[in-house]
Amino acid sequence: MTLRNRWRKTLSYFMLSLTGVCAVVAVSLLFLILGILVYNGWQSVDWNFFTKLPKPPGETGSGMANAIVGSLEIVLLATIMGLPVGFMAGVYLSEFGGKTFAFLIRYMADLLNGVPSIVIGIFVWTVVVRRYHFSAIAGAVALALILIPITARSTEQFMSMVPQTLREGALALGASKWRAIATVVVPAAYRGIATGMILGVARISGETAPLLFTSLNNQFWGGGLSDQTASLPVMVYTHAMAPYDDWHRQAWAAGLVLLFGVLLANIAARLILSRGIAVQK
Amino acid sequence: MSPNEPMIMSTANLPSASPAAGKPVKHPGKLKAVNLDFYYGAYQALHDISLEVPANRITALIGPSGCGKSTFLRTLNRISETIRNTRVEGQVLLDDEDVMQVDVTALRRRVGMVFQKSNPFPKSIFDNVAYGLKVNGFPGSLKDAVEHSLKRAALWEEVKDKLQKSAYALSGGQQQRLCIARALAVDPEVLLLDEPCSALDPIATAKIEDLLFVLKDQCTIVIVTHNMQQAARVADRTGFFLLGKLIEYNTTEIIFKNPTKQETEDYITGRFG
Repeated sequence: MTLRNRWRKTLSYFMLSLTGVCAVVAVSLLFLILGILVYNGWQSVDWNFFTKLPKPPGETGSGMANAIVGSLEIVLLATIMGLPVGFMAGVYLSEFGGKTFAFLIRYMADLLNGVPSIVIGIFVWTVVVRRYHFSAIAGAVALALILIPITARSTEQFMSMVPQTLREGALALGASKWRAIATVVVPAAYRGIATGMILGVARISGETAPLLFTSLNNQFWGGGLSDQTASLPVMVYTHAMAPYDDWHRQAWAAGLVLLFGVLLANIAARLILSRGIAVQK
Repeated sequence: MSPNEPMIMSTANLPSASPAAGKPVKHPGKLKAVNLDFYYGAYQALHDISLEVPANRITALIGPSGCGKSTFLRTLNRISETIRNTRVEGQVLLDDEDVMQVDVTALRRRVGMVFQKSNPFPKSIFDNVAYGLKVNGFPGSLKDAVEHSLKRAALWEEVKDKLQKSAYALSGGQQQRLCIARALAVDPEVLLLDEPCSALDPIATAKIEDLLFVLKDQCTIVIVTHNMQQAARVADRTGFFLLGKLIEYNTTEIIFKNPTKQETEDYITGRFG
């Protein structure tokens, strides 16, 4: 009996420590990545990096101002195109979708979610780039295609978590269905919806593959949204692939800036979203 | 008497309350259900319910869980339509007008509802009460209307200094009274209450029951309860539901002291099984 108890306790401690170790490994990966990026990149993150254009290898004072602005442009445009569609689709799935039709849409959204981003890139290249030109717009279309199913599914999930009794409460006061959704259900779920949106935008701002075919790259300030445009992820790719040490350092720096941008957006979003009234469980 | 021919209290028997409330009662019944059947898909939840709810009275619906009393209540303001694959046959009449012919939002403004679990919106206390007024385009002063409703729901004194606080900061009993205030804000003619006290302690329950006595001068109240003592305390008339059928409907006194049906007596006396 005591032997069995001891064995049970040992096993329990072992499993408990194992889960703890795995949790530490999972979290420390983030710090490992951050550490390596900082170690390799921080020296190159200077004033020039944010204000100057990329220079040929060997020249000093090189920067990535065009890629930073380009990334912001493309992601902003993709957000404007993708978020409203994804959000509305999510509202539809959660509030209006019939059984079969909603199932189909949901399933297809999940499939679209699983399409490798490089395939999305080829698709947009065929449909948009071949007809027109490499452009920031084409890049934004590709990123929007990735953003739409993410936003739709996360919006749907958070809206479905709003208790049915809240909808009934609004309807019982004479609110029409759309009004109940707009004034009670969406506000009740807005923290989750907004968090999902921010995570979606963070996800697309790091995408490289779809941009290789669409917005391409640019060593200079481009000619607006319809011209080929530099972006940070593509800069990381091209600079890291090149055989020059100073370009490698630039690539590390670009990766560092990209990661910090996403981290900051995340933290800021969480701070903003922690205010207001959450739904009572 | 068969369950389908409920005894209706005639207007002559009503005490002076109805005319005194300023709403002349044209019909003995404010709300009438006529041969009402209700289906969840293929499952029939209500069988041929006919009953008449007198104006400015409290009508209680009692019965064991799953007997259809809540389902019946939810057909009265058509909130049952929010559930897919449901079907109603028969009629519900509000002032002799078929509720299916009335615009559903207008109907729900006239027939308010308070739910089993208090469901304040994730908004401030003020915004909760003002919600119904806003969606119905109330033209007057929201502030006055909110204060008036909170006073009617006997909640004003407790919340007047924290109207902008979250409704979730209130206790369970206060939240339920807030929901009553919210429903009263649009000045409904009928108030439906679906087991409003089932999650409340006896003190909070007593407050809500006191409130119902005051409110019945101004509106017609239908309350679903699984608490027989509560029905006996507050209701003028009581209906007993069993397995989707209205077994007996009469004055509360007769239902509790001298029921005509064996099933009613068994349930009232606790011999139900």
